[in-house]
Amino acid sequence: MAEMDTSSKGGGHKKGPGVKKGKKLSTRVDLTPMVDLGFLLITFFIFTTTMSQPTALKLFLPKDTEKIEEQNKIKESGALTIMLGKGNGVYYYEGLLLPDGSNFKMSNFKDIREEIINKKKATNPEDFVVVIKPGPEATYKNTVDILDEMTINDVKRYAMVDIFDTEIQLMKATEASAGIK
Amino acid sequence: MPKVKLPRKSTAVDMTAMCDVAFLLLSFFILTTKFKAPDQLAVVTPKSVSTKPVEAKRVVQILMDKDGKIYFTVGDESVSEKQDIIDMVDQQKSLGLSSQEKAAFAKTGSYIGVPFTQLKSFLQLNADQLKKFNAPGIPIDTANNELTVWMNAAVRAFSVSGDKKMNLFVKGDNSAKYPSFKGVIDAFKKNEIFKFSMITDPEGVPEGTALFKKRQAGGKEE
Repeated sequence: MAEMDTSSKGGGHKKGPGVKKGKKLSTRVDLTPMVDLGFLLITFFIFTTTMSQPTALKLFLPKDTEKIEEQNKIKESGALTIMLGKGNGVYYYEGLLLPDGSNFKMSNFKDIREEIINKKKATNPEDFVVVIKPGPEATYKNTVDILDEMTINDVKRYAMVDIFDTEIQLMKATEASAGIK
Repeated sequence: MPKVKLPRKSTAVDMTAMCDVAFLLLSFFILTTKFKAPDQLAVVTPKSVSTKPVEAKRVVQILMDKDGKIYFTVGDESVSEKQDIIDMVDQQKSLGLSSQEKAAFAKTGSYIGVPFTQLKSFLQLNADQLKKFNAPGIPIDTANNELTVWMNAAVRAFSVSGDKKMNLFVKGDNSAKYPSFKGVIDAFKKNEIFKFSMITDPEGVPEGTALFKKRQAGGKEE
């Protein structure tokens, strides 16, 4: 405790006659300001501390090959192509893009997970591959998010590929009709 | 009926215990706190579920700010590599840098965010001028991808000096556009670098997903 035992109940040496007893001062200190100060400093350190260390997300790039016979063939039935547009927009199609663009669908970062899971279930694991095509308006965050989605859904094979002009056109048309700025 | 007399109690609470707790916590936070090094560039990294901590050795880092400008930095402890890199770049591009200018690159915390044409004048700036300097970023267009030259020098410098490869990181801002990132990737590919890491902030795994189940089961991820 913050006070000392100054009472002299029982015992204690007797003082001689004529020796005046000193005034007993309480040694009890008010600790409230000290507690205030303590908590103030705690708040300061809590706010300035960086508890979460940055993490590293690894990415392996495929090698660009000019020769067609060396390129990795993917089965169109097992492919899911995801495109990233502006305003956090996500677009996808399964297999090959039909000439009329009828299998080009719009999605968002929440719903695309469902789509990946469904596609993964429906296809042979050997053939399943996700092709990621970030558009010129996609942000770095979108790119990392979709790569992260691959880890989350345990997609073994995925590749980041350049987007085609036709896909950009389709994306722009869809964005325009949906009013995405 | 006789009045019940309540004994008047003191409202003073013993603060000692509270004081003890406060200072215990305080000392904990003082000891665990690690002040963020002041970054030259404000970069807000995206989040990912990755749990791998960033390795701090033999670092080569490509920074990408919110406007998509590219900067190149080498970890401060790789002093000799830094020297090698600037020597090689100087030679390859025949920039005619003086030893002082080279030393400016080798000094701690330096980063490059200018095209080669401006490199000489950039390295002559002093600390105050550097703060005000608005770097245009390293060009990464397909026609003139100068990052390729930097990466080439970095690869060579790190392969000469050591047994271990460099740790290549890309630290990008959330709102940087994809074409900048593409330019960075192109520069890597041209130098046959197919493996790199992106610096992210940790994030929880959404429940019910494949990865969530995997982690619950205690499985190893690659």
